[in-house]
Amino acid sequence: MIAKLYCAHLQDLDPMHDRQQIVAITGAIVIMLIVLELVRRRKLREEYSWVWVATSAAIVALALNQSLLLTLTKWIGAASSASTLFFGAIIFLIGLTVQFSIRLSRLTHRQRTLAQRLALLEEELSAVRKQLRDQHKSMAGRKSSSDEVA
Amino acid sequence: MALNAHKLRASPTVPASTVLVIPAYCESGRVGDVVRAVRRQIVCGRLPAIDILVVDDGSPDGTAIEAKAAGASVVRHPFNLGYGSALHSGYCAAKRSGYQRVLQMDADGQHDPAMLGRLIEALDQGADIALGSRYLASDAPESSLSRRIGTRLFSWIASRWIGTRITDPTSGFQGLSARALASVVNDGFPEDYPDTDVLVQHHRGGLVVREVSVIMHERIGGLSMHRGARIAYYGYKMMLTLLMMPIRRATPLRTPDSVARVS
Repeated sequence: MIAKLYCAHLQDLDPMHDRQQIVAITGAIVIMLIVLELVRRRKLREEYSWVWVATSAAIVALALNQSLLLTLTKWIGAASSASTLFFGAIIFLIGLTVQFSIRLSRLTHRQRTLAQRLALLEEELSAVRKQLRDQHKSMAGRKSSSDEVA
Repeated sequence: MALNAHKLRASPTVPASTVLVIPAYCESGRVGDVVRAVRRQIVCGRLPAIDILVVDDGSPDGTAIEAKAAGASVVRHPFNLGYGSALHSGYCAAKRSGYQRVLQMDADGQHDPAMLGRLIEALDQGADIALGSRYLASDAPESSLSRRIGTRLFSWIASRWIGTRITDPTSGFQGLSARALASVVNDGFPEDYPDTDVLVQHHRGGLVVREVSVIMHERIGGLSMHRGARIAYYGYKMMLTLLMMPIRRATPLRTPDSVARVS
């Protein structure tokens, strides 16, 4: 019964409207241009840009190749091609935020380690400086006393 | 007898093998008194000669200056990193300088320097971690309901896991042997609340945890780190860490001693 309904539903699927197609392609291209421009201005590192570029490329490819999009829509059981694109976008955003959280954790750990090492080195440096000062003082003291004897 | 001779000989020319680590954040007005109280104990001969190291966790107030003026060495974080990180820096400094033993106490006046001797005694008797407990004494102090529930829960977990009765797992009044020191300089040391999880980890590493009865006072002022919504986060974090412990990877960095390492 459910299988039958599902199959009937599949046959009703329409390809994207022209307008939807144009909006999707334009949006993807604009995002790609912005990302490339950010890389050019050195505001975005290459290593972070490829996820965006790849996603934009995937959206353009799916919007142009309607049969591929329809297959994908059937496969995930979405109501329309447009919602397949939306679903993909949401998955992408979740993946990106998880990736950011991981990188943040790593950065936090590295920054903590650096700060600790810096603090320890500063303390050791000040101890060494003090030792040197004391040495100088005692040497100067010895020199002046030997001068007096001479 | 030999111990007394050691006490008499204790002079600044003989480098101490024990260091007292005091993590401090915004404890201006208290940390100086704590350092002076410890030094008084040493001068009186009630404590062997130990070095004092205050770790200022990036306080915006005069904590570092005050500690230095009172005669302690000071490691100063460039910004606030958390209680656990302050302790970790202290351990790493101790390791780098080649100390054999570490004692630790809080900077807020809760811990009594006169009790440090009990920690040393427990270490002498072979404990790797001497844990100062305020609840072993008959006149245990009163505390808030949430604090009591938390202490009960985590002391139950710690006791079950470690196999000996642990009454005060959150105590920051501790003594560590050389073996324990070698283990806590690891990068995996928790940055915020190092207590129950660290004790369990020590036990899993084959170290001997022993509780020692001590008297603690009310903090003289300043803010406790266990307050407000942090208590809820503390409970969540500690449970997660404890549950993860048997299945977790050891350390997030490839070199597990990136702070203590001398290169």
